[in-house]
Amino acid sequence: MTGAETAQVVLRLDRITKRFGKLTANDAVSLDLHRGEVVALLGENGAGKTTLMNILFGQYTADEGRVEVMGRALPPGNPRAALEAGVGMVHQHFTLADNLTVLDNVTLGTEPLWRWRSDRSGARAKITKLAADFHLSVDPDAKVGSLTVGERQRVEILKALYREARILILDEPTAVLTPQEADDLFATLREAVAMGLSIVFISHKLHEVMDIAHRVVILRHGKVVAGMATADTDRHALAAAMVGSDVSAPKVNPGTPGAPLLNLRDVTTPDRGNAPGLQSVTLALRAGRITGLAGVSGNGQAALAELIGGLTAPETGQIALDTADVTGWTPRIAVEHGIARIPEDRHKTGTIADFTLTENAILESYHKPPMSRTGWMNWARAEAETKAIIDGYDVRCPGPEARIRLLSGGNMQKLILGRVLEAAPRIILANQPVRGLDIGAVNYVHEQLLKARDRGAAVLLISEDLDEIMALSDVIHVMSEGRLSPEFARGTMTPAALGVWMAGHGFDEGVSHAS
Amino acid sequence: MRLEPIANPSLARSTLPPALAIAATVVISSLLAMLAGANPFGVLGLILKGAAGSQFAVLETLNRATPLIFTGLAVAVAFRARLWNIGAEAQLYAGALLTVVLGTGALPWSAGALLPVLVLTSMLAGAVVLLVPALLKVRFGVDEVVTTLLFNFIFLLFISLLLEGPLKDPMGMGWPKSERLIAEARLPRIVEGLRLHWGFGLALIAAGLVWIVERRTTLGYEMRAVGLNREAARFAGIPVNMVLIKTALLSGGLAALAGFSEVAGLKGSLTLDLSPGFGYTGIIVAMLALLNPLGVVAAALFVAGIFVGADSMSRAVGVPTYLADIMLATALLLMVLAILLTRFRVVRE
Amino acid sequence: MDILDILLSASFWAAAIRIASPLIFATLGELICERAGVLNLGIEGIMVAGAFAGWMAVYSGLGLWPGVAVAMVVGMGFGAVHSLLTVPFGLSQHVVGLGVTLLATSSTYYAYRLALPEVTSPPKITAFQPWEIPVLSDIPLIGPALFSQTPLTYLAFILVAVVSLVLYRTPLGLALRAAGENPAAVAAQGLSVTGLRMGAVIVGSGLMAVGGAFLTMSAFDSFFFEMVNGRGWICIALVVFGAWKPGKALLGAVLFAAFDALQIRVQQTPLGADIPYQIFLMTPYVLSILALIVMSRRAEVPAALMVPFNKGER
Repeated sequence: MTGAETAQVVLRLDRITKRFGKLTANDAVSLDLHRGEVVALLGENGAGKTTLMNILFGQYTADEGRVEVMGRALPPGNPRAALEAGVGMVHQHFTLADNLTVLDNVTLGTEPLWRWRSDRSGARAKITKLAADFHLSVDPDAKVGSLTVGERQRVEILKALYREARILILDEPTAVLTPQEADDLFATLREAVAMGLSIVFISHKLHEVMDIAHRVVILRHGKVVAGMATADTDRHALAAAMVGSDVSAPKVNPGTPGAPLLNLRDVTTPDRGNAPGLQSVTLALRAGRITGLAGVSGNGQAALAELIGGLTAPETGQIALDTADVTGWTPRIAVEHGIARIPEDRHKTGTIADFTLTENAILESYHKPPMSRTGWMNWARAEAETKAIIDGYDVRCPGPEARIRLLSGGNMQKLILGRVLEAAPRIILANQPVRGLDIGAVNYVHEQLLKARDRGAAVLLISEDLDEIMALSDVIHVMSEGRLSPEFARGTMTPAALGVWMAGHGFDEGVSHAS
Repeated sequence: MRLEPIANPSLARSTLPPALAIAATVVISSLLAMLAGANPFGVLGLILKGAAGSQFAVLETLNRATPLIFTGLAVAVAFRARLWNIGAEAQLYAGALLTVVLGTGALPWSAGALLPVLVLTSMLAGAVVLLVPALLKVRFGVDEVVTTLLFNFIFLLFISLLLEGPLKDPMGMGWPKSERLIAEARLPRIVEGLRLHWGFGLALIAAGLVWIVERRTTLGYEMRAVGLNREAARFAGIPVNMVLIKTALLSGGLAALAGFSEVAGLKGSLTLDLSPGFGYTGIIVAMLALLNPLGVVAAALFVAGIFVGADSMSRAVGVPTYLADIMLATALLLMVLAILLTRFRVVRE
Repeated sequence: MDILDILLSASFWAAAIRIASPLIFATLGELICERAGVLNLGIEGIMVAGAFAGWMAVYSGLGLWPGVAVAMVVGMGFGAVHSLLTVPFGLSQHVVGLGVTLLATSSTYYAYRLALPEVTSPPKITAFQPWEIPVLSDIPLIGPALFSQTPLTYLAFILVAVVSLVLYRTPLGLALRAAGENPAAVAAQGLSVTGLRMGAVIVGSGLMAVGGAFLTMSAFDSFFFEMVNGRGWICIALVVFGAWKPGKALLGAVLFAAFDALQIRVQQTPLGADIPYQIFLMTPYVLSILALIVMSRRAEVPAALMVPFNKGER
């Protein structure tokens, strides 16, 4: 760190308070960012990081406190103010239009609207220069929809740089990257800092924070609970400060694998838009074992999840449960064969927001006894079942008659767990099961998965989070562009080694697919 | 501005916006009546009197409400599953068509045998008419809003073709009009001597049945799930396309009953002006009822009352009857907004 | 007269271009709305209102061009109602659109009855007359078809170019298209999604009304009930057929109008006399449905069409 204490303060958040009804999302949060400095904003999901950034960018107005950029106060509630003052944001969920080109996405909103022509050649030259300076190679005329996740992130960064941002804010930027891509990103960020930019790095990954940041500010329940230089601390201290109490992750013992319960043989599915389908994938899910599937999202994981979940049929190849061939099946048949499915997006696919808890709890079982008979619903039975799930899985809610949209993400996920685990499934498909959950809920979900494994279920864990995969999985596969890597046993691979596979290398070296 | 959901709306929150919407509708209509040179209070009074001021007025309103209950139910059922059936008009004519095809002597049966057959065949005809757009939607992804709208025009021309061709009444003095139904095909009156036919009773029964289907059956559950979140329904294993097809059959069948009941209960024959837009008005009825089948009955009575009242008011003071349509359009737009405001609060940011 | 003769006659193509003109205006209007992410089912009623407003303005003594302006302003008014309900409040675009159609139609008929309580047949105005464009109108076939039209037709064709240019070449057009593809991208760049979408719906509705006004001020010279007769719905199909691109939509409108002109002429042939006229009248609607079936598979629908946007949604 290069004497940032004496450098100019470029961004100051001064005692920001924001309340939503009874919830105080930000409670007198203060943060100073100096020129050429990287400050990590650390905190688990729900700690108030996103609210703080929304206030900075004028999407929300703070109830109290002020924002200063380069010593000047920003008018509250004006989305343009922060941009024009030189603050650029790289969102976790990219704000790019897929059907527009890179050039269009980068120049959007940078010229006065009422002008007869866009200066496209000037824009192209500027983008090319920026891309060269910051090592952000990307084709300006490519449609964003055709880019990889890593490339899209480069476009997001280019957007900020194109607007001549002096301050970059990155929200969980490595969540979607391979370890190598993350290294490239860090190289770009170091370059930026060397040129005098300042960076706020929002994350919950401690090793990255230690790697890139000069200082760390820790947010918990909307309050700043600690601030220190990374040189003066270590990962354990950060973890303790972030979580507060000693919520410990479940202890993971190796599983004892049994017979294969689900076999995919040479399965291929068609590409869909820019998302690749499966390229002759062979995979066996064994009883009593957690199989982790690592990979950058958009590389065929969705296709695999849909296939196992019964939503699509393979183009070629076979799915076999035990010995029975179930090629060409439906979600309903999948469920009947004992497959529990935890969907990737609990809001869009896992639940129906305006349905009650009861109605959501029976989504997969309403069509047969005891929930219904010859087309007539048995609501009393459904409600009793729901109450059992609420009690058994510790779902905090006003009652079975409440709409599920009122629940927190963690409680929603617990209801889904209850829905699919109550039937003691033999196979569990867990697709990003802890995304967006706070640490308590994360541990709860992991415990349930381990418990199911220990009673003999075969678990397929799909996750972008390499740490999660490595902690829980008995064996790991990597998926890249629809291809599946060989099986790696627990503890045999480093993150970097997995990253090589995630980047798509290793597949062509004649390594046969494991089963 | 931003909308923020309200977890537990207060009583005022859930009643005030709809009340204001109705009040605003009344004020706007009064201003329009004044534009026509009439005393606004007099106009509103005349509408009320014309709708419910006498036995004749009430019966007229009930008769007018009958087709609106059917088309309102048709729309409510379809919209519940988010199937945008704007083609109730065509389905209504399909029902009327089957009624005159089979009810003018082709089936020389007793009323007890003939009427149920007419009910079922008209429903089938209406179901088939909506099945086509539903299949186009499910199979090719063609937006059903536009196809059902266009079908209205196509089907009305088809009816016109038939009425000037094979179905033309030879005694009709050249008018495009079908032959009259045989006596056995006519719906009897509910009470002898009162001008109210059993179509109204049938409409009430239909509303009750639809209510039971929605609340108590797996189909109703599926329809609601598909309407609220198609992706989640599909993921859970609900056969979404099949549910949409079933919904279309039910919806088309209900709309067709409007045609059946108008021909068999009221008109006795099929003409091109059988429906003054009952199919479209059904959308207003369904929306005002918040898609609730029992609410449809109330909304249909309200809407019918406005139409009947406006007709009689117009005869008395000469304000154009289109005032009724304006009132309903205004009520529809303000009511959807009001319903939103019972669940969300507007926050300035 | 044989079909080939019809297709080679200048009067046929002149009619096709004339029939296409109102569709071009309204289709462009709908296209602008949908490109910004809003389906505007108010189109049918707004065309009715435009047809009446323009005609009434001229009948009351205004000039033809001010009449067009009046129609446009009336259309924008209904567009404002539509956009207020569908954009900031995010209400169902289906329901609001149909409501606006009903509101516009019924207020038009009400106004007509108030303005002309006594008449049995509506009065005529002096409508736009054809402008023969010097030199160009002398070209055989093309000249009479393309260059002997009324000024409103020329305006329609010019507007296609203008809308194309704005959509694809200006910062405003880029922002509009982005609002229809991913409103979050627009908001992240500090632009107002609400403003863009409302603006698009209001301007688009203005164009729809001009399309309606073409009927009373150029194609005919009077206002009749039912004169729009589903043209609005056809324009919605044309937007899909044109894959949300102004040039292709123009092509679709002309093609469609050519079929319409053709059926009118075939009706008068010996062959046509044996076929009930209703079959001919059905063709435009059937064609629209066929166009939808053919195109719905490949068209690139704006990704955020019919998806309301709530700022800062958590």
